[in-house]
Amino acid sequence: MLATIGAKTIDELFRDIPENLRVKGQLNIPSFLDEARLYGHLSELSRRNANLVKTVCFLGAGIYDRYVPASVAAVISRGEFLTAYTPYQPELSQGYLQSIYEFQTMVAELYGMDIANASMYDGATSMAEAAILSHGVKGRTKICVSGAVHPHYRQVLDTYCWSVGLDVHTLSTEDGATANFDGVDQEAACVVVQYPNFFGTIEDLGIARDKARAAGAMFIVVADPIACGLLKPPGEFDADIVVGEGQPLGIAMGFGGPLLGLFACKKEFVRRIPGRIVGRTTDHDGNPGYVMTLRTREQDIKREKATSNICTNEALMALAATVYMEALGKNGIRSVAESTVRNTQYAIKKLTEAGAKLRFAGKVFGEFVIELPKDPLEVQTALLEHHILAGLPLGPYYSELKNCMLVAVTETRTKEQINDYAAKLAEVLR
Amino acid sequence: MRTKKVAEPKLIFEKGRSGRIGCNLPVCDTPEVDINAVVGETREQLFLPEVGELEMLRHFTHLSHVNYGIETGFYPLGSCTMKYNPKINERTAALPGFAATHPMQPESTVPGNLEILYRVQEILKEVTGFDDISLQPVAGAHGEMTCLMLMKAYHESRGEGEKRKYILIPDSAHGTNPASAARCGYQVKSIGTDAAGNTDLASLEKVLDEEVAGLMLTNPSTLGLFEPNIEKICKMLHDVGALVFCDGANMNAMVGTTRPGDHGFDCMHLNLHKTFSTPHGGGGPGCGAIGLKKHLEPFLPVPVVRKDGEKLILDYRRPQSIGRVSSFFGQFLMEVRAYTYLMAYGKERIADISRHAVLNANYVQARLKDVLPQAHPRPCMHECVLTAQQYKKNGIRALDISKRLIDYGFHPPTNYFPLIVPECLMIEPTETEAKETLDEFCDALIAICREAVEDPDVLHNAPTTQIVGRLDETAAVKNLDVRWRPSGDVVAAAGDPDGGRGLAVAEGIESERMASTRG
Repeated sequence: MLATIGAKTIDELFRDIPENLRVKGQLNIPSFLDEARLYGHLSELSRRNANLVKTVCFLGAGIYDRYVPASVAAVISRGEFLTAYTPYQPELSQGYLQSIYEFQTMVAELYGMDIANASMYDGATSMAEAAILSHGVKGRTKICVSGAVHPHYRQVLDTYCWSVGLDVHTLSTEDGATANFDGVDQEAACVVVQYPNFFGTIEDLGIARDKARAAGAMFIVVADPIACGLLKPPGEFDADIVVGEGQPLGIAMGFGGPLLGLFACKKEFVRRIPGRIVGRTTDHDGNPGYVMTLRTREQDIKREKATSNICTNEALMALAATVYMEALGKNGIRSVAESTVRNTQYAIKKLTEAGAKLRFAGKVFGEFVIELPKDPLEVQTALLEHHILAGLPLGPYYSELKNCMLVAVTETRTKEQINDYAAKLAEVLR
Repeated sequence: MRTKKVAEPKLIFEKGRSGRIGCNLPVCDTPEVDINAVVGETREQLFLPEVGELEMLRHFTHLSHVNYGIETGFYPLGSCTMKYNPKINERTAALPGFAATHPMQPESTVPGNLEILYRVQEILKEVTGFDDISLQPVAGAHGEMTCLMLMKAYHESRGEGEKRKYILIPDSAHGTNPASAARCGYQVKSIGTDAAGNTDLASLEKVLDEEVAGLMLTNPSTLGLFEPNIEKICKMLHDVGALVFCDGANMNAMVGTTRPGDHGFDCMHLNLHKTFSTPHGGGGPGCGAIGLKKHLEPFLPVPVVRKDGEKLILDYRRPQSIGRVSSFFGQFLMEVRAYTYLMAYGKERIADISRHAVLNANYVQARLKDVLPQAHPRPCMHECVLTAQQYKKNGIRALDISKRLIDYGFHPPTNYFPLIVPECLMIEPTETEAKETLDEFCDALIAICREAVEDPDVLHNAPTTQIVGRLDETAAVKNLDVRWRPSGDVVAAAGDPDGGRGLAVAEGIESERMASTRG
């Protein structure tokens, strides 16, 4: 090969790099491991963790321990999907492009919206991008977001808004729901609420919508996709944009990454949306096919005038969600949502019998806040000894809730596990 | 004469039957409840598929048959580094001790995860030559944006936030660079590339003043060339109090051979899904780790994974932090894959990555020099940029050559980027391709270039071996159809009663012009 190139050594090929910038000797990193030892090493590291196969998970807060059917891994591990490049060459990518079209359809359907894109990074950045879109539409710089939206999402929003020069105004909450809409005025680009909200409460979206409309602002909802398989979806409340975290749709919790950002909206905003979108068309022989479309919104064409800088998104996770939504389908999604409700109601009953108090009065879907007579951090530590991850102590996020814990109960929890949690909780609280 | 390999794929919505379900769900054993009493009004309709599990698996298997991946064949895509994604990475990422952990479970219960994050940070520090690494950005563009945010915070901390309004970006840069700058409230000024393919220092000097926040530079450049003046350029920026960001998309040319931190850069982003083998997944997950020098460390996103004595902790006490840029810690399971990859190479072998990548690219360039000359005649790094300009007189564009490559069984190289080279083909073989594959690829290109002269129509009609031919991208915009609907109605563009014709026509014209000049 060197002969063909006309060089004597590989070193010669690096001659443009100044000598003083060349690495001398070896980098100071660990020695290599052969595959067997490598797997052993990673296994050992993984065993240092309390994994949630062995420990029973009642922690949600945006990432849920839902059952992932075996078919999901079987599909996304196929090399044709796993190792594929972005489908810029549609003739070679009809498999992916069609699956994205199906994904877009199902996300839009779950959220009750006209259209959805091919995915964003996660729920938090999806929400930030929706807020920025509303600024682009309305020309206003105030972003009104409910304090009942996930604290991490609001932190990401703060960072993004600082970066582009927008102001964040937080709407205060009462009894676990958005209460104070002061500040939703003619300067507000949008109103953002979560559904169900961070506390698990199902807020009346009509209230937030009416406030937004009265101010001429856009109405944005951060929505759980599984909940939307049962509840009236945000589209039926005339939401302008719906975003969310798609992790519950067949994606491992994975210590929070990779995740899946969902982004859906009314068709009138299609030319402003971030991210990729796939459309159906025909080839020159009239055969149907799929392509990435509305490309003039994107960074490689419009550069600094693009609707966003997003390029790579979460395509493989979108595929996992596509498999999940198709495997469960209409009947399965509804079933998972109903099981979630049943299990959650049973857990509320048992935990309150064990000495916890239900903190908020509102209707809940799959998560709720309990108030405890002992420090929730201590309770959580004690229950971990019994291989129960009791929930999320809320003190670090809401100082008025420092005696409280956020508990999630998905369809994968059993009656026995809930009984066990209640029994152990009663012991700890004694 | 086109022959189809498989029957026309149906949408999942056109399959199945009412009442079917494709998985065996957890059976609920808690008491029944009156759902509407508990949650209020529920939705009436949900148009999702009703298919059985086997039906659904066949659906995806058939889709995989009409999708190309690295394991199908070679991807000569410049700046994408489509190298082999080791299967062992999939095994380690699936370990339940990693996959079944929740990002908000107590720190003390996930020491193994903190170890992974910390070790990846430490290895990447050494590989890149930077003082600190953050793994929180979740894609390359996200990493670029995060670096720009660090720069913004830095200038603000010195009372120069308002003053420094501009980011300088070469005309050869990837589109995410200016788009990320816009996301940070910056205006962009373009700088040129000289005849040798290096940053034009004169054009840089012209726009360089104290209103500049920073420069974004890809090194090696998007032309696949190492910037010989890099230390000088960094000094020029530092002399006016500005910062320099390295777009690390082309890190594959450098791993183990040279370190951007040593070149003078203040920060950089990495694409773990390029250089460090995490799978591209059809367009993500990406993984955009960033490296930075000490003076940018106070602004790191939270939480920071660091050592506190002998223990690893998540440090949230960072008053000058830019905050969070993503929900949790970044693409954790991708970090597991990257760590596995890096440990499989180790200090003994890691330099092989850049050495073999550069060897392969130069070999391809040398084999093709008679039919596709280099845009800038000099040794390339891990990718070569060739021009097909000479075939324009035969009515052939680079796009046509690319489409014909598909008929020879190869994914096309990168077209029309960088923007500054006419009819360009950017080829990055990566180090994981054998010589035989490179020879087959070069032989195919040589044959196609002959066809370009002798039988150009064969290129114009290409590809003819796939399930579809060239698709009508103009029609895709004009008759916007981005979802299936139960009644078969398509979703029209722009909400106009006539299906959005008004706006769509204008967009259609623009799209047509773009489609005729792009791939």
